[in-house]
Amino acid sequence: MATVLQIAIILLLLGNFAMLTANRLEPRIRLVSFQGALLAALLLLVPQQGANLMHNLLLAGAIVLIKVIGFPLLLHRTLHKVGLASHSAVRGSGHKYAVISGMCCLIFALWLETRLPFAQEIYPPLFFPAALATLFSGLIMVVGRMRALGQVLGYLVAENGIFLLSMPLMMESSTWFELSLLLDVFVAVFVMGIAINYISETFESIDVGRFCSLRD
Amino acid sequence: MVLLLLLLLPLAGGTAMLFASSFTLRALLLMAVALGHNICSLLTTRQTLLAAGDPAHAAPVALGGVLCPDVLGLVFLCLASALFTAASCYAIGYLRDEDAKAPVRRHFQDGSSFTNAPQQRFLACLCFFLAAMSLVTTTQHLGALWVGIEVTTLTSAPLIYFHRHKEALEATWKYLMICSVGIALALLGNVLFSIAFYPEAPQDHNQMLYYISHATKAQPAWLKAAFIFLLVGFGTKMGLAPLHNWLPDAHSQAPSLVSALLSGALLNCAFLGILRGHQVLNAAGLGEFSSGLLVFFGLLSMLTAALFIVGQGHYKRLLAYSSVEHMGILALGVGLGGAAVYGAMLHAVCHSLTKCMLFLLAGNVLTHYHTLSSYDVRGMRWTMPITACLWAGGFLAITGSPPFGLFVSEFSILQHIFTTERYFVGAAYLVLLAVIFVGMSIPFLRMVQGVTPPATPPAFKETVFNVGPCAVLGLLIVTLGLYMPPWLDSFLRQAAHLAGE
Repeated sequence: MATVLQIAIILLLLGNFAMLTANRLEPRIRLVSFQGALLAALLLLVPQQGANLMHNLLLAGAIVLIKVIGFPLLLHRTLHKVGLASHSAVRGSGHKYAVISGMCCLIFALWLETRLPFAQEIYPPLFFPAALATLFSGLIMVVGRMRALGQVLGYLVAENGIFLLSMPLMMESSTWFELSLLLDVFVAVFVMGIAINYISETFESIDVGRFCSLRD
Repeated sequence: MVLLLLLLLPLAGGTAMLFASSFTLRALLLMAVALGHNICSLLTTRQTLLAAGDPAHAAPVALGGVLCPDVLGLVFLCLASALFTAASCYAIGYLRDEDAKAPVRRHFQDGSSFTNAPQQRFLACLCFFLAAMSLVTTTQHLGALWVGIEVTTLTSAPLIYFHRHKEALEATWKYLMICSVGIALALLGNVLFSIAFYPEAPQDHNQMLYYISHATKAQPAWLKAAFIFLLVGFGTKMGLAPLHNWLPDAHSQAPSLVSALLSGALLNCAFLGILRGHQVLNAAGLGEFSSGLLVFFGLLSMLTAALFIVGQGHYKRLLAYSSVEHMGILALGVGLGGAAVYGAMLHAVCHSLTKCMLFLLAGNVLTHYHTLSSYDVRGMRWTMPITACLWAGGFLAITGSPPFGLFVSEFSILQHIFTTERYFVGAAYLVLLAVIFVGMSIPFLRMVQGVTPPATPPAFKETVFNVGPCAVLGLLIVTLGLYMPPWLDSFLRQAAHLAGE
């Protein structure tokens, strides 16, 4: 079990770097979907103090439904609707800096784990740095991506990182909260998808670099 | 049941709004939701105060304990409810006028054509927005509070994009992204709170009660980290500098009644999130840490606001930066502790009422002059006398001049600063308030005085819908400056006590 858990964590880290290096939006949507599947698997693998199997299965099912199936469908639809299926998400050498930043964040997360009291007690080995690195990767994507859809993917990755951090602390009584959180994020992505459609129609692009009319 | 109605009423009203085809029906529904919500808020407050004073009375609880309001949350609930009523009255006149205009219109700034979002959807989102704020202010479960705050973002984004033009879309996107990412960081703060209390965890939904009563057993390092993330996350939504970037854009592009609600009610809800964290740190004996951060970000927000207010020509952005200033004063007041916390609570009430009034008046100015530049608005006292009178009064109120309520609250904070001998903070506070006063006086007074530009339409019809709610709010602001009802004083003192007085 512990080996499977470690493999899943390593896959998660590799997925983060693949997302930071990916040029096109379509493979990154697939990677976010893959990350969702890993989240569902980790939920069943990570030892938790107060959760029961039925609740975890329910939550894992909801994750698969929303993160593995729902988001990719929604985002692919948006991508094709705005006609950007083959376009690059990053300009020039942007992804090089993104990867370097991702590496620095991972090193920082590994160092932080050794410094924080309790972290090793709550989280399995490598879990805490992997979750923190996922959160940072998401934030890097939000800040570094020029296309609106790339920012939405970054938001999703950051949210996955926070979800991972909360995983070993989940209680039976908190299942309702985790489900409402998932629903909340789903609605957020839905609203963002609608906004991207309007952006594409109004600006004839989803490049957020064009947002420069509101200044002091 | 009454407590549950605070959520169900706006939810049902919003759903019904989607199917209401006639304008009259929509207006009636909106007023029914607003008045019903007001009644429920007052009844819930009464019930909670009775329970706090006498254990024989049962405290209101609903949804298995997820909804369990305390006095601190109720201050913001009552404010949200009152402002929603004022904004609803204004909305009836505003939307009726919008209905009468051509469906495709020219934007007054760049001449591009645009349409409005369907009114049914706009009003439905307005009701859902109220439901989300009700959840935030009546729960003591930090997870539910987070969900509520995130829902406020999702329901208010379509409100900002009511007028479907480029600038509004840009503002909506910035609002969605910045606030969603910010709120995600606040969620991390919640997770860190759970780590701080590990391996213990609350057994019921009243997390705040558990966290406060067990705070001394929690890990201080994790508590501090949790508060930092709550401050950054909810601070983004509250508009604390340097996380305020979305605020001037969203407030300036949204319809004025939405700006009024964003500034008067929503920012308070985000502030409540920060107060919850501060309450836990205070109980853990780490109040000095959270207070220090609040004082720092409070002064930084005031400084940022002062820099952007001076020379600001866009009058709705001016009001937005004024909100950044006042959020700073709230953070400063709570951070200073003692009597300043009461000042901060009073400030929250007075600021919400004043800012709501000013944004609604700004809507009248925009409707009449078709410009957002204060340089192009002149002679308001001739073309719209009641609006001009309230606008000038609102300027005096928002800058903390006597005899308005904000003078009393700002003076209470100042008094506490000097009583505790924090002279540097006191000097910075006074200088920034003075700079902001001067910076705001120029555009405000320029707009009221002078000769009306020749291209201005001849007359603006001031009706009960577009000046009525503003006049009532104005009356409340003056009253709070001259006379503080004992029940309100006691209510605010109880809230201040919970917030760490």
